[in-house]
Amino acid sequence: MVFNPGTVNENQAINTINLRIREGDFITVIGSNGAGKSTLFNLIAGTIIPSEGSISLNDRDITREPEYKRARYIGRIFQNPLLGTASNMSLEDNMMITYKKGFKWLKRSLNNRMRDYFRTQLIQLKMGLEERMKENLAMFSGGQRQALTLLMMVLSKPDLILLDEHTAALDPKNAQIVLELTHKFIKEYRLTSMMITHNMSHAIEFGNRLLMMDKGEIIFDVQGEEKQALTVEKLIEKFHQIRHKSFENDRTLLSEE
Amino acid sequence: MIEGILVEGLIYGIMVLGVFITFRVLDFPDLTVDGSFPLGAALMVQCILLGTNIWLALLAAFIGGVLAGVTTALIHNHLKVPNLLAGILTMTMLYSINIRILGNRANVPVLKQETILSKVTDMFGGIIPEEYILLLFFLVVVIVIKVLVDLFFRTDLGMTMGAMGNNEQMVISQGVNPKTLKTIGVGLSNGLVAVSGAFAAQYLGFADVGLGQGIIISGLASVMIGEFLVMKSNRIAVLTLCAIAGSILFHGVMYLGRYYGYLVEMTPNDLNLIKGLLIIVLLVVTQSKKLKKAASRAMVDK
Repeated sequence: MVFNPGTVNENQAINTINLRIREGDFITVIGSNGAGKSTLFNLIAGTIIPSEGSISLNDRDITREPEYKRARYIGRIFQNPLLGTASNMSLEDNMMITYKKGFKWLKRSLNNRMRDYFRTQLIQLKMGLEERMKENLAMFSGGQRQALTLLMMVLSKPDLILLDEHTAALDPKNAQIVLELTHKFIKEYRLTSMMITHNMSHAIEFGNRLLMMDKGEIIFDVQGEEKQALTVEKLIEKFHQIRHKSFENDRTLLSEE
Repeated sequence: MIEGILVEGLIYGIMVLGVFITFRVLDFPDLTVDGSFPLGAALMVQCILLGTNIWLALLAAFIGGVLAGVTTALIHNHLKVPNLLAGILTMTMLYSINIRILGNRANVPVLKQETILSKVTDMFGGIIPEEYILLLFFLVVVIVIKVLVDLFFRTDLGMTMGAMGNNEQMVISQGVNPKTLKTIGVGLSNGLVAVSGAFAAQYLGFADVGLGQGIIISGLASVMIGEFLVMKSNRIAVLTLCAIAGSILFHGVMYLGRYYGYLVEMTPNDLNLIKGLLIIVLLVVTQSKKLKKAASRAMVDK
């Protein structure tokens, strides 16, 4: 992926990447700022079209398919918790809009049966949201909104979910709750997922596969038992080994909390 | 006098609903309105003169408005033109089209022909005092349109449109093309505006190409006045009611300006200046309200 080709601002955000995601994979993605993590997600989600190469999903070429079409089977959650829901509408309206993917027609689907269904789904968030179905989302916290976005995305059972640092903008307590919910949902619904994180211990703790990116390349791809055995120290060492970069510098870029 | 204000407020209230849809629901500042309002008037009058069924004439005005709105949306969507400019383009083209529809004339009267209004007056003449017939008729028309708009925004499609004005990314994430939604929304809005123009022409007794000049400002001022009436609400029925009430209040103010403005040496030519100043004042008040709210919230947080 090349941005602004032929200008002074030309920037090769993604170099050759060859990635095969298997069904049921839970991949964590780490890398310093500018490593190309978000660009990779943008390519998969269709926000940007690659300058070269192709993207397929379930053996179907989707390289040129627009973002809104891919959204029907690729779910994505952004860092900004406001992007998943509409502040000016009530919780139940938001849930109705996000309940079914694809074009919405001239019919009113929000009835008491749907409300009951939404209520039972909200209970599993354990945030008391089921009591606040008529309230505007502007009244809810970022953590609550992100949890809701996560819940609604999971209910649509996408083929692949992309979590773009979805807990980074939340306070530590809410971040923990949303992360636990993520883990629970992914396991429960056996979702194929990718999660970008700046937190190395999270990257090690969650998922069955870990990708480390740098300068638009995947420099380290580890899975299974080898991943289970990883520690933060080993990970930094690995990065050092591959890139021959100074140790202190990396620590600041890849926070380890 | 009061019926006059109410009737005008209601007729233009249909247009205000259209402006409310683009400016407030879709967050798409659409200037096509200045062209689609006289388009509705021109189509209505010309159809009446051709002897078309008056209800078909109204339908023609609506469809004409929808097409005008769709044109703006398509220019914006496919040529990557900013929405303001796309609206101005359509509006400018409509000026010529409207003159064509009126048979190369700028003003065409309908005084002797049967219109929807004359038909209604004949039907209820004698039963209801004459000055209230039109008022009651427009009250019914506007309520029907308002209820239809409310129902539309409670469907899945309408709700998704409401979400788009707030958060376009959310709509994309739901697998919906925002371009399609904009086309439907702006089309619908201009359809309403054209219907408003069609009724205005019958009420005034003529269609004029200049009828639309500054309409968008009247519409916006009405929407803003309406928003002052009620605290923030997420109920579409409340919002549309406010828009209509805003239109009536706005026409009350304009009426006073037109008939009593001479007391402060104001002429009807000053009305556009007054409309603009009114919007500026409303903006200033809204801003300071917001600041006060933020300040009080900050105090609570401390």
